[in-house]
Amino acid sequence: MLKVIIHLCALWPLVWLYTQAFNDGLGADPVKYVIHFTGIGALNILLITLCISPIAKYFRQGYLLNVRRLLGLYVFFYACLHLTNFIVFDLQFDWPLLWGEIIERPYITVGMAALLLLLALSVTSPMAIRKRMGANWQKLHNWIYLVVLLVCTHFIWSVKSDITEPLIYFAMAFVLLWFRKDKAWRFIKFFGKHRKPQNGIKTTPKS
Amino acid sequence: MLIKIAAKNALSENDVTDESVYMDRRSLLTRMGFLGAGALLSTPSQAGIFDLFGGEEPEEVALAKLQYQAAAADPQTLTPENKVISHNNFYEFGTKKTQPQQMARGFVTDPWQLTVNGMVNKPLTLDYQQLHKRLPLQERIYRLRCVEAWSMVIPWVGFPLADLIRQADPTSKAKYVAFKTLYDPEQMPGQSSRFMGGGIDYPYVEGLRIDEAMNPLAFLAVGLYGKALPGQNGAPIRLIVPWKYGFKSIKSIVAIELTDKQPPTTWNILAPDEYGFYANVNPAVDHPRWSQASERRITTGGLLADNRIATLPFNGYADEVAHLYKNMDLRKHF
Repeated sequence: MLKVIIHLCALWPLVWLYTQAFNDGLGADPVKYVIHFTGIGALNILLITLCISPIAKYFRQGYLLNVRRLLGLYVFFYACLHLTNFIVFDLQFDWPLLWGEIIERPYITVGMAALLLLLALSVTSPMAIRKRMGANWQKLHNWIYLVVLLVCTHFIWSVKSDITEPLIYFAMAFVLLWFRKDKAWRFIKFFGKHRKPQNGIKTTPKS
Repeated sequence: MLIKIAAKNALSENDVTDESVYMDRRSLLTRMGFLGAGALLSTPSQAGIFDLFGGEEPEEVALAKLQYQAAAADPQTLTPENKVISHNNFYEFGTKKTQPQQMARGFVTDPWQLTVNGMVNKPLTLDYQQLHKRLPLQERIYRLRCVEAWSMVIPWVGFPLADLIRQADPTSKAKYVAFKTLYDPEQMPGQSSRFMGGGIDYPYVEGLRIDEAMNPLAFLAVGLYGKALPGQNGAPIRLIVPWKYGFKSIKSIVAIELTDKQPPTTWNILAPDEYGFYANVNPAVDHPRWSQASERRITTGGLLADNRIATLPFNGYADEVAHLYKNMDLRKHF
């Protein structure tokens, strides 16, 4: 039942969005609208996903943990739509331009990195793969904490001057990471043991 | 000559877009939005958590019809009026594209005072009536290229900037022209709140070199689509410099000052590595965060209608203005 509600809540806005978009119902710049809508949507669902564990723990509602995978996959789905909208409607299949933008624009580089991480988490989400991966599965899926920081960075670097909204998202991300600060700290230490800190990783100690 | 006569027959672009039809459709869609996914999604505007505050639908505002000489027929597809007046960067009325239409609704532009002074022999002050009467009004269909890589084609009504400056009779010392937007935090919520105004130090200021200002393309608009400017488009008078990025075309001007020093300009102050003083449209010089090689032209229709087209040097007005920058390195003076 809960999963049915999640499906409806995730898919209905998209039906609305694309119906309006193709019928010129989204204001003067429907292209930017669909890009922002799916991008913010992915980030919203990601934050909701990160709320699940603390809520389940605090209210002792263990069954909630079962919806994390579904929500996580919707994060990936919205993020894919976000990129697809950018490629199809904004760049209009100008692949050289896409490649140039990924390399030259830091906010797009960061966004693509987050999307690739989400891809890795998504393809390893089936139960069979999870079982086969053993303890490594959890290690891999801890990367979601990095993803949320990358996505917030992608957001704040993409805006022209008004950074209020991305800062609010950063604040929410930090609150959610604070709930698992021990785990996040282990994640950082694990990282430090195996690799020299690189770009982007340096930001994680703040969490 | 025959062509010109045909052009006059084709003058009624303002009939192409029937404002009331567009307005009705918009409000209808808004209401549908509320009935359907509206509870979650709010009205058409930039997607974001602040949408909760932006749900009001704009009322139809009666704008004065202007008397003017119509422009010659133009083969370019005009951006429909409802898009021109609902997609605005005017941070004084909020940083979201759709906010200015809502926030500028009660904007009072009459009475108004526009002063032309500084290094001139005959300083001028124009009141609201004179903005429409002092100089004969004409229509100009210009491409507007935003630095954010979208563009529109808009029929403006107004008069050449040079005509007004000539009336003030600049002295030989005048080398630059500085412009200033109204500062009125009570009317312009973006000026009273850092959060709404995008962190800009108001009032908004802009500037041109005097030879740029005297170029026949530089234009002061008091209307669009045959009617007085709506608040969100820079009522009652705004600058249009079509070969430069849109942020140079300062809105709701109260002061034009002739000076001998290069005047400060708002976006250049805010981010000097991203926005220069000249800000000529130039596909060869990227903005640090996006390519300027191409743009999306906002026209009629939905998601599939906005075509990506190549951006032209000086926004396609090189024949008229390239000579102004003959010996300049435009990569340095971006």
